[in-house]
Amino acid sequence: MVIKIRYVINTPLEKDIICQLKSGDEVSINGIIYTARDAAHKRMVALINEGKDLPFNIKGQIIYYVGPCPAKPGKIIGSAGPTTSGRMDAYAPLLIEMGLAGMIGKGQRNKDVIDAIMKYKAVYFGAIGGAAALIANKIISEEIIAFPDLGTEAIRKLVVKDFPATVIIDHYGNNLYDIGREKFRRI
Amino acid sequence: MRVVECSAITNTVKELCITSNYCLNDDILNALREGIDKEESETGKLVLENIIENSRIAKTEGMAMCQDTGMAVFFVEIGQDVHVTGGSLTEAINEGVRLGYKEGYLRNSVVRDPIERVNTGDNTPAVIHYDIVEGDRIRIVIAPKGFGSENMSALKMLKPSDGLEGVKKFVIETVDKAGPNPCPPIVVGVGIGGTMEKAAILAKKALIRPINIRSEIEYVRKLELELLETINKLGIGPAGLGGTVTALGVNVEVYPTHIAGLPVAVNISCHATRHAEAII
Repeated sequence: MVIKIRYVINTPLEKDIICQLKSGDEVSINGIIYTARDAAHKRMVALINEGKDLPFNIKGQIIYYVGPCPAKPGKIIGSAGPTTSGRMDAYAPLLIEMGLAGMIGKGQRNKDVIDAIMKYKAVYFGAIGGAAALIANKIISEEIIAFPDLGTEAIRKLVVKDFPATVIIDHYGNNLYDIGREKFRRI
Repeated sequence: MRVVECSAITNTVKELCITSNYCLNDDILNALREGIDKEESETGKLVLENIIENSRIAKTEGMAMCQDTGMAVFFVEIGQDVHVTGGSLTEAINEGVRLGYKEGYLRNSVVRDPIERVNTGDNTPAVIHYDIVEGDRIRIVIAPKGFGSENMSALKMLKPSDGLEGVKKFVIETVDKAGPNPCPPIVVGVGIGGTMEKAAILAKKALIRPINIRSEIEYVRKLELELLETINKLGIGPAGLGGTVTALGVNVEVYPTHIAGLPVAVNISCHATRHAEAII
C-alpha cells in the first residue's frame, strides 16, 4: 500500500507547491478561498469577455464549488459541502488561464479542464460530497463579496482552517477517480 | 367523514422538512458502519468514518447533513374518508416547505423556470405525488432529493426481449457512468414496468423503502442482492476515490406493464438518502 503524505497548504497557492502535489495526496487547506458555482461562473466569464475586472484577484486562488445553507444565529455558515464540479467545466479553463490555481469540488472533470490544469499548472481537489456539516466547522469566516442577488450562489470569501481535501487531478493530469476505480474494479 | 385542517398538514410538513434534513435514518447509518468493515480501501474507510461523523454533527448541532437540502419530494396517501378543510391541500404542503426550509436554515434550491432560472427563494414548489387510498388518515412521506445524484439518474424503454439481463445491464451501466458524481456510497432505486412516468415514480418510491428491507417478490429480492454485489465490484468506492463500497443498498419496485414494453428507471441517491414520514 502506498503511504500517503499529508500536506498542509496555505493560500494563495504557489506554483512550486502545486508541482509537489500528486494525485491521491491528502491535504489540509488553510487561508482564504472563494466560493462560486454555476450562476457566479457564468457571470465571471461574462465579465472577462467584456474586458472587466473579476470581483477578486484570481491569481493563485482556490475556488470552492459550493452553495452553502444559511447560517443559523451565532454560526458562521450553514452546511457547506462540495457540489458537482462538472457543471463548471464550461467556464473553468478560462479562469485557469486567468490564473486560478485550484478548484475544490466533487466528481469528474472534462478533457478541456484537465488540459488547462496541465498547461497552466493548476490542481483539482476533491472534498467528500455530503460531508457538509463537517466541512462547515472548518470555515472560520464568511463574507459575500459579489453577486449577493444570487443568494446561495453568490461569491463568498471564506477563511478556512484544516479544510480536508484530496488531490484528484494533479498538474501531470493524473486522475485519482480513474486510478482508484481501476485499482478496485473486479468486473 | 373525518375532517383534517390544512394548518395541521402545514405544521407536519414543516417538521418533516427539518427532521429529514438533520437526521440520517438508522438503516443508512448501520450500512455505513458495516461498510467500514467491508471496505478494502484505507482511504475508503476514512471517507466512511467522515460521513458518519458528519451525520453525528448534523444531528447534534441541528444542521443539514448536506448543503443540498434538495427539492422537496412528497408521497402523500389520502384516505378517501378524509375531508381537508381550511384551504388547498397542495398549498398547505408548500406552506410547510416554505416554513420548514426557513426555520430549519435549509438551502433554497428551486428555480421558478428551468430556462429562466430565478430562485423562488423559499424552496417551493414541492414535487407531490398523491395517492387516494382506503381509510380516514393522511400519510405524508418526504424525500428531499439533492441533484448531484438526481442528475446521474436515467430512464430507458427496453424491449421485452431484453428481459432481466437487459435490466441488470442498464442499471450497472448507469451507476458506472455516474462514477464519483452522485456522492457514493449511493443508494439505487430501480423502477421496472408501468409506463414511462410510472417507472420513474417507482424508482423514486423505491428510495423511501429502508435499505435493510428486501422486496417480498422472490426474483426481485434476488435481483436487489445481485445488483448490489455487482455495483460494489465497479471499484468506484466511497467519495469515488476507489473502493469496494460503492452502494449501500439497491431497492427495486415493479409494476404491471404493456405487452410491448419494458420501461426501466434508475434513480440514484447519495449516502444522504433522506426520508421521513408522518400520519395524520
